[in-house]
Amino acid sequence: MEPAVTLMVTRYRPEQESEPTLATYEVPYRKDWVVLDALNYIKDTLDGSLSFRWSCRMGVCGSCGMKVNGSPKLTCASFLSDSLPGPIRVEPLDYFPVVRDLVVDMSDFMRKLKKVKPWIIRHDERPLAEGEYLQTPDQLDAYKQFSMCINCMLCYSACPIYGLEPSFIGPAAIALAQRYNMDSRDEGAPERLEILSEHDGIWQCTFVGECTKVCPKHVDPAGAIQQYKLTGAIHWLKSLLLPRGAR
Amino acid sequence: MRAEARYTPYHPRWYRRRVSVWWWLQNRAYAGFVLRELTSVFVAFFAGVTLWQLRTLAQGPDAYARFLACLGTPLFVALHAVAFLFVLFHSITWFNLAPTAVVVRLSGKRVPDWVVVGLNYAAWLVLSGAVALIVLRGR
Amino acid sequence: MPRSITPFLWLLFSAGGTVAALLFPIHVLLTGLAVPLGWVNAPSYESVLGLVRNPVARLYLFVFVSLPLFHWAHRFRYTLYDGLQVKHLTALIVVFCYGTALAGTVMAAYLLWTIP
Repeated sequence: MEPAVTLMVTRYRPEQESEPTLATYEVPYRKDWVVLDALNYIKDTLDGSLSFRWSCRMGVCGSCGMKVNGSPKLTCASFLSDSLPGPIRVEPLDYFPVVRDLVVDMSDFMRKLKKVKPWIIRHDERPLAEGEYLQTPDQLDAYKQFSMCINCMLCYSACPIYGLEPSFIGPAAIALAQRYNMDSRDEGAPERLEILSEHDGIWQCTFVGECTKVCPKHVDPAGAIQQYKLTGAIHWLKSLLLPRGAR
Repeated sequence: MRAEARYTPYHPRWYRRRVSVWWWLQNRAYAGFVLRELTSVFVAFFAGVTLWQLRTLAQGPDAYARFLACLGTPLFVALHAVAFLFVLFHSITWFNLAPTAVVVRLSGKRVPDWVVVGLNYAAWLVLSGAVALIVLRGR
Repeated sequence: MPRSITPFLWLLFSAGGTVAALLFPIHVLLTGLAVPLGWVNAPSYESVLGLVRNPVARLYLFVFVSLPLFHWAHRFRYTLYDGLQVKHLTALIVVFCYGTALAGTVMAAYLLWTIP
């Protein structure tokens, strides 16, 4: 008799129910299996109607974010062996509308990413003939950590502020803004500051710190936000104390 | 997408959960966070006690003696004991989070976190010692 | 151009939090526990007055009272928003929090200015 582990998975079929329910599945236990493998086993052999997102199964695409035993995780990076003896609860990410089963709607997240202007902004572009923009390893080091984000939304799911105030721009968007602000080739920091100093920008954050804890790529969005608060505050002081012209 | 999308056969009804007022009891991290935020109440409390102390100081030795007597009552000792724990918790969480908020770069390289934290704790010890010396010197 | 005052309030919050973190534990220990419980002899009224009279001490005590009050105001305001979800009472909360901090600051300034 093969060892097995129980999975309790959220099912939500809007065409037949108005609220999600928990369905129980017995899945064979393999010590090298992750939760994603178990979900695929369910879909392949037990219940083909189970819906969930996944892609690379190796922690680089950011598609398979779900709540495993209450914590936002990448299911391709959560080993069954870590949750023994089970049962293992698999639920959709918090604070996003649930479309079906384990699938959540991402449009708010995508809109917020775009809002921070995540591209190199320059006053004038250098012509191609002048060659590439050079960057030292130290200059790269200044923003590299923030560039590692895989847009998995675990940080939004861990942030209680986002849950309480859905208009909050959120950790990943701010970290993304910092990735460009700290890039030596970029000149768009003032533009992004205007956007992020708005009511639903950085100032809503109360440094809970959960976003950094759940990030699978160690981006440290909480750090990005606090550093940006300091930058924003210093900029505020400068604009107050120095004549308007000096920017 | 409108927030209240009515169900039609070709558009699913999305399920939205309302965040409960008890959201912070869900896990240890959230509860710890709220405890950390509540330390500010005890910070305000002691700022108030200090104001009270200054006021009775200005009013004369009798008023000040009454202030000291009040601080000696079990209620106030208990309050201060709790306040001490919370204020300590504030200090520890504040110093531990310092390197995340303030990144110091020396000649291009980031100063390691433990150095920033260590410097904060060192300053804390030095200042506490100095205050104790100054306050206790006059008997 | 300073559009909103939030960055300034955050600076006060940070400064107050640092002052409280560095100085409050020892002061609470001394004033709230060590002296009332008799672990150390209570400094006499005259010596405390003499200490406070010093202009440096007056400034120290002003910063000691005022900045942590603004730290509380900012933090408590957001705790009320997030904890009790009372965002709709924003105006009331803002007036209560920062008003109290301002009142405490004014009182501290008055007391420390007029102590003989």
